[in-house]
Amino acid sequence: MNKYENDLTHIRQMMEKSSTFISLSGLSGVGAGLCALVGCAATFWVLSRHGIDYFDGMPNYYSYAVLRQLSVVATLTFISAVVVSYFFTAKKAKAAGLSMWHTSAKNTMTALAIPLVVGGIFCIIITYHHLFYLVAPCMLIFYGLALVNASKYTHRDLFWLGIFELLLGLLAAFFVGYGLIFWGIGFGILHIIYGIIMYKKYQ
Amino acid sequence: MKEVSIVNLNKDFESRVRLGIMSILMVNEWVTFNEIKQMLDLSDGNLASHTMALENKRYIEVRKAFVGKKPETSYRVTKDGKKAFEKHIEALASLIEQKE
Repeated sequence: MNKYENDLTHIRQMMEKSSTFISLSGLSGVGAGLCALVGCAATFWVLSRHGIDYFDGMPNYYSYAVLRQLSVVATLTFISAVVVSYFFTAKKAKAAGLSMWHTSAKNTMTALAIPLVVGGIFCIIITYHHLFYLVAPCMLIFYGLALVNASKYTHRDLFWLGIFELLLGLLAAFFVGYGLIFWGIGFGILHIIYGIIMYKKYQ
Repeated sequence: MKEVSIVNLNKDFESRVRLGIMSILMVNEWVTFNEIKQMLDLSDGNLASHTMALENKRYIEVRKAFVGKKPETSYRVTKDGKKAFEKHIEALASLIEQKE
């Protein structure tokens, strides 16, 4: 009779072993979220240094110098978030001691990359047209779509993170002028919450 | 007491290797032969005979592609395979429940 139990245990183990380690580590989420919050704070700092009050409801026509500094902040935020997430996930994959990292990881990456690259280019185009107030909603929406798309290949939980990012993106598009706040909630706080949940659930 | 469960066990999934192959394919789409081999720690011949059997039953489907000059074989579970395996898991679970 024990055989049945062993069989079930074996099935569960193989399913977990073959799928969970390719997913992002929970700590990656927390790390990326913290980077995003620091990025938000840096953005506020850059704006206030130039005497701009983000919430004064004035149309934001930023000077070239401000834009250049904000781009530096954005680039640094992006790079640090990617490096931090990569670090924890690589560590997790290594601990699992498996090299199957490729097929599933490749699928996940492709599913993520297509909406993200299109979204990134789209946001640059928006910036080019000086429609700054749409940048944050667009980032959230494209990121949400990317997550929903990639959730097919990893934990289902990613699907829900995607849905929340999408809702935030739509709200941000409606309440124009609070983009940075929505961005901070979406990329900062949601990532941290998601990361903690993932960490508790799977590690 | 119900005595139906044991009938619901699927003979095709009796071997450990086949359980392993199906489990991997249930949660991953298109996994290569070598990856399955690594995960289950099997020889080429051993794995090939089991994938062949599952393929003949139409529980899994095969895709052959070239990566550079090397042929690469990947597998994916079919709809029938998914259904059959889920049924098998349910049967296992209810058999355990009966014993308790």
